[in-house]
Amino acid sequence: MSHRSQLAIHRGHPLVMPKYLMHWILAALLHLILIGISAMALLPLIYMLLTSLQSLSQVLKGAQLLPDPPTLEAYSFVLTRIPFLVYLKNTLVITLGALMGAFISNTLGAYGFARFRFPGREIIFGALLSSMMLPGVVRLVPTYILFLKLGWINTFLPLIIPAWFGSPFFVFLLRQFFRGLPEDLFDAAKIDGCNELRTLFYIVMPLAKPALATMLIFSAQGSWNDFMGPLLYLKNAKLRTLALGLYAFRSEPQGIPSWNNLMAIAVLMVLPVLILFALFQRYFIEGITISGIKG
Amino acid sequence: MPIAINRRPRRWSRMQRREALIGLAFITPVILGFLVFNIGPIVASLILSFTDYNILSRSPKWIGLANYYKAFSEPLFYKSLGNTLYYTIFRIPLSVILAFVLATMVKKTSVVSIAYRTAIYIPSIVPSVAAAVVWLVILNPQAGLLNRLLELVGLQGPGWLTSPTWAKPAIILMNLWQIGGSFVIFLAGLQEIPTEYYEAAKVDGASTWDTFWRITVPLMTPTILFNGVIESIYAFQVFEAAFITTGGGPLRATYFMALYIYDNAFKFLQMGFASAIAWLMFVLILAFTIGVLRTSRHWVYYGGER
Repeated sequence: MSHRSQLAIHRGHPLVMPKYLMHWILAALLHLILIGISAMALLPLIYMLLTSLQSLSQVLKGAQLLPDPPTLEAYSFVLTRIPFLVYLKNTLVITLGALMGAFISNTLGAYGFARFRFPGREIIFGALLSSMMLPGVVRLVPTYILFLKLGWINTFLPLIIPAWFGSPFFVFLLRQFFRGLPEDLFDAAKIDGCNELRTLFYIVMPLAKPALATMLIFSAQGSWNDFMGPLLYLKNAKLRTLALGLYAFRSEPQGIPSWNNLMAIAVLMVLPVLILFALFQRYFIEGITISGIKG
Repeated sequence: MPIAINRRPRRWSRMQRREALIGLAFITPVILGFLVFNIGPIVASLILSFTDYNILSRSPKWIGLANYYKAFSEPLFYKSLGNTLYYTIFRIPLSVILAFVLATMVKKTSVVSIAYRTAIYIPSIVPSVAAAVVWLVILNPQAGLLNRLLELVGLQGPGWLTSPTWAKPAIILMNLWQIGGSFVIFLAGLQEIPTEYYEAAKVDGASTWDTFWRITVPLMTPTILFNGVIESIYAFQVFEAAFITTGGGPLRATYFMALYIYDNAFKFLQMGFASAIAWLMFVLILAFTIGVLRTSRHWVYYGGER
C-alpha cells in the first residue's frame, strides 16, 4: 500500500530508552497486573475450597487460611447429616426434565423460523427477540398465580414445563446456525425424498451439534443455578434443590458459623459446573458471543 | 388456475401453503410458550396492577390507580428506588469499564492470555447462591478473608454487609466478580477489529495509548452500548446477592426494588400492589434504555455512517 509507506517516513522521534527495553518493561508490567487480577478472580473459589477442607474447630479459631491438616470432616457432614443427596436428585430431575424440553421445543421452533416461509414470520420472530429485553420481574407475579391456580406449587412442573415451550434466546441461537447451512443440502434432501422431520433429524441436527451443545449447556446451567424458581415453587423441604438447600443451610440459625460445612455444599454445587466448563469451554463462550453479535 | 384481476395480486400456491403450515406447526410450541409464559404474564401484570388482589382471600377488585398512588406515598418505595438507583449508577459504569479494560488487556491470543481469560471468566459460571455464600464468608467483618487481608496492609476493614454504609458497595463488589459475560462479548468485539488498523497506526508511530483511544475505543462503542444496556436491565432487577446475604438489611440499606416486589407479592400476598411496583420498575428500565439509546448517536460510531 503506497500511503502506508508514506506514513512511515514521518515516524521515528528519538527515544531515551531503547524501544525494545521499554516494550519489555511494559509487557512485564501488564503480565504482573494480569496475574494479580487472575489471582483475585480465583481467590474466592480457592478460599471456598480451603475453608471446606478445614475442621470446625479450625474454622472457629478463624486464624488460618490453609487447612491444617486438611480434613474431609465437612464433606462427611454434608453427605450424612443433611439431605444433600436428596437435593442433588431433585436438581438433576429438574435439570434433565427442562433440558429435554428445551432440546425438543427450541430445535423445532428454530427450524420452523429458519427453513419455512409463512406470513408474519419476521414480525413474530422480532417480537420473540425483543421479549428478551423485558425484565423478568414483571412476569413474576402472574406466572406465580398461574402455577398456583394449576395446583403446581410443590411440584417440579413450574421449573420444567416452561422449558418445553421454548425460550427466545435458544430459538435465536439455533436459528442463526440453521440459516447458515447451505441451501443445496436441503434441496438434496428433498430430492432424496426426505420429509421435513427426517431432514431435521438426519441432516440438520448432526451438522448443528455445536449450536445444540451450546443450548444444552446453557439450559443445564440455567436449571442447576436457578434460585428464584425453586424459592417460589418448592416450599416442601423434601423438594429442595441444591441452590435452595444451600440457601436454607445458610439461613438456619446455627449459633456457631459452620463455614466449613457451608463451603463444602458450595464446592459440591460449583464443581459439576466447573467440570462442564472445562470439558465444553468452547460452547460456553460461543453462546455468549452469539448473544452479543446482534448488538 | 384462472387469471382473475380482482383477486389479490399474490395468491399462495398449494406448495407455499403447505410450507407455511408446516412452518407454523414447527413453531407452535414456541408460540404457545411465548403467549402463556411471556406476553400473557406481562399483560396480566399490567391489569393486576390496577386491582386489589390478595390471592388467599378473594378475587381481584378493580381499584384504578390506587396501587400507584400508594407506591408514591410509601417511604419504603422511595427507599428501595433510591437503593436500586445507587446500585445501578455505580454498577453499570464499573462493570462496563472493568470488563472492557480487562478484555483489551488479554486481547492478544497466546497461551498465557487464554489462561488469564479463563481465570477472569470462571467466576461468572458460579451459581448465584454459591457465589453469595462464599462472599458472605469473605466479607465477614471479623474472620472474613477481605478484612484479614486489609489488616495485613494495616487497614481496618468496615463491617461490609453488616454496615448500612458499606452494604451496597459490598453487593456491587460481589456482582462485579461475575462480569465474565460482558468480558467475553467485548473480547469477541475486539477480535473483529481489522488488524490492518493497528498495523497502520504502528507504522504511523502511534503510541499504545493513542491507538487505544483513537482506534479501539471508537470501534468498540457499539459493543459498549450493547453491554451497557444489557447490564442495566439486569442491574435494575438486582435481587439474589442481597436476598441471600443480607435479606435487604442492615437498616434496609440493600432493600432493592426487586426485594420490595418479592415481599409484597409473596410475604404480604399483595399481588396487585406488587404488580404495580413491577410495572414502575419496567417503565424505569424502559426510560433508562431509551435515554441511553438517544444519547448513543452522539458517541456510538457505526463505521463512518454515524
